Amino acid sequence: MRAFRRLRRNFEHGVHPAHFKDQTADLPIQRVPFGKDYVMPLGQHIGVPAQAVVAAGERVTRGQLIAEPGGFVSTGLHSPVTGRVREIGDFRGVDGRFAPAIAIEADAFATQQVDARDRIDWEALSLEEFIKAVQMAGIVGMGGAAFPAHVKLSVPDGITIRHLLINGAECEPYLTTDHRLMLERPEALLEGAEIMRQKLGAEETVIGIEANKPDAIEIVQQHIAPGDPVRIVPLKVKYPQGAEKMMIKSVFDVEVPAGQLPRDVGVNVNNVGTIVAIADYFLRGMPLIERVVTVAGPGVTYPANLIVPLGTPVRDVVKFCGGLKPGTREMIMGGPMMGRPIASLDVPILKGCSGVLVFTEAETARRKEYPCISCGRCLEACPYFLNPSRLARLSKARMFDEMKAYNVFDCVECGCCTFACPSNIPIVQLIRTAKDDLAHRKEPDA
Amino acid sequence: MNSLLVAPAIMVGIGLFFGTILAIAQRFLKVDEDPRIEVTNELLPGTNCGACGQPGCLPFAEKLVAGAVDPSQCTVSTAENIEQIAEFLEVDAGSQEKLVSRLRCSGGGLQAHQIAEYQGFEGCRAAAMVSGGGKGCSWGCLGLGDCEVACTFDAIHMNENGLPQVDTGKCRACPDCVAACPRDLFELVPLSQNLFVQCNIPLAGEAATQLCSVACDACGKCVADAAPGLIRMENNLPVIDYSAGGPAAPEAVFRCATRSIVWLEGEQFQNQESRKAGAV
Repeated sequence: MRAFRRLRRNFEHGVHPAHFKDQTADLPIQRVPFGKDYVMPLGQHIGVPAQAVVAAGERVTRGQLIAEPGGFVSTGLHSPVTGRVREIGDFRGVDGRFAPAIAIEADAFATQQVDARDRIDWEALSLEEFIKAVQMAGIVGMGGAAFPAHVKLSVPDGITIRHLLINGAECEPYLTTDHRLMLERPEALLEGAEIMRQKLGAEETVIGIEANKPDAIEIVQQHIAPGDPVRIVPLKVKYPQGAEKMMIKSVFDVEVPAGQLPRDVGVNVNNVGTIVAIADYFLRGMPLIERVVTVAGPGVTYPANLIVPLGTPVRDVVKFCGGLKPGTREMIMGGPMMGRPIASLDVPILKGCSGVLVFTEAETARRKEYPCISCGRCLEACPYFLNPSRLARLSKARMFDEMKAYNVFDCVECGCCTFACPSNIPIVQLIRTAKDDLAHRKEPDA
Repeated sequence: MNSLLVAPAIMVGIGLFFGTILAIAQRFLKVDEDPRIEVTNELLPGTNCGACGQPGCLPFAEKLVAGAVDPSQCTVSTAENIEQIAEFLEVDAGSQEKLVSRLRCSGGGLQAHQIAEYQGFEGCRAAAMVSGGGKGCSWGCLGLGDCEVACTFDAIHMNENGLPQVDTGKCRACPDCVAACPRDLFELVPLSQNLFVQCNIPLAGEAATQLCSVACDACGKCVADAAPGLIRMENNLPVIDYSAGGPAAPEAVFRCATRSIVWLEGEQFQNQESRKAGAV
């Protein structure tokens, strides 16, 4: 019976990319020394950009609020270093476009110690105050999407959250940030989880961890006191196990319908990094000013797991890791499946950046594209049960409106279809292009 | 024998019955359509391009017959056709200034600096989503020809420098290229207006010129040299406002060091170094 239940801990479809996690899985997290220039883009999260509350030339201390939320779906920003605001202007972001950002020049001789702050009495806060505090602390989903965490906490009336699900799957190849956090800071994880669970009024906390991290499962399990409403669920190693809807299906065997959110089935999903950030803010008074980043890939001299202050240029991070090997061709921010390639080393590390991956000629050689042979592998790979081959063909023919009938907006761009395609068709890029066209097209006046 | 005849008889009976109903319906439920609409529609080009602002040719024909629009608002028709329509409907043809599509960027492969190499699906919108497609300037032309594909009238061709060359003779000022460009670079302007700003960089000074050798560095010389009020700086770019001043004269562009404001007679990029001519 137990074996059968194990088998059900799964979602349908998906793919099995090689992990490549050995490079950094055993390396302890270390701190990057402070550099000189920091750039904090105002729009690091999904939603409305933050609004700067400091002026050029002003002195700031590490952890000081430098931008306020620009709306409800927006968060605060804090200075990652003690120094001086050099400029508020447009700087190149991860997507290649120039966007408003605050440039800070770090003091060469500052200790960069966060001022000791009192532990926040989170138990006394009302739910509204708690949500406001999370928003001001600048905490967003640290898994990659950078969706403001407080928005998920604001549950409308009539919905009760029964489970707090903590996402420790880390299904993207190469990345080991969540893995290392679980190994090195299990207390913080469980403390943060308890804060979240109590504030949400959930019955239990479930930590979903992919079965290829047995050491993380063991260590977190050791820290759970008997009687605590926390359980760990080992999950099948499969991509995209860490997509929240897939994880809910795997853990609770419940499908979240298209167009609905996890809260509609009574679950709140948060990444391990987000939960640790919650603990750091409420128990140690540290807002989100740094994050753990995996620097890996065949093109980097010394792969590492690093604590990087937000706004650090990728250049400085790579330099700390011994620089790039000759023959480096491509750098990706995030994981290899969903991350974005960067065109410049000057772009800063953002709240949602879980990895900096460096690839060489061998991995990035462009493979010849062949016509679609209608083999159906992309259909078998798509965890959302879409028809990627049809969508790709429509996108190539620029029939973007017809793609709506094939539910193009349910696509989360996980990349399983492109991974599975034997004809090397850039399916997910074609779908992204169509979604972008549909979102930005000017409707002619009727 | 009898049973053989029953089936055809029933079919004929049903046919006659429904035929009668249709005949009655035709008599009493008839929709009176102005026969001129169909004739007018025949005279229109039938491309359904939308240049007139209507969803297609038939709605335009309806508006024509109703007298709400002028025949010349169809910029695709030839002058003869418009004359014919005007004659047929006994209205004035009206006069419409010829518009052409112009690109607000002149940073081709030789001018715009490349910071990375883009590999992937050959399309501007696709490239724009991957870190901006490799060019340092994130406002300029990506040069992968989405507009060339979108153009209904075969008026746009990518030149050797990787910029879309608009054939002013073929361009009918339909908004296809305007909608296709992910950087929103096409503008429909009257052919008679010669002054044109072919740059879209909102940066000033060195910040702009280090991205592209033909970028507007917002020096403001064109504003000083043109008739008062004609050109003003907005968001670090010159904006030409014919209603606010004039007349426009070529003197305005003489001191432009980067040739980002130009005096156009005919097509764009005529005097630009092309990749073929310049690089070899």
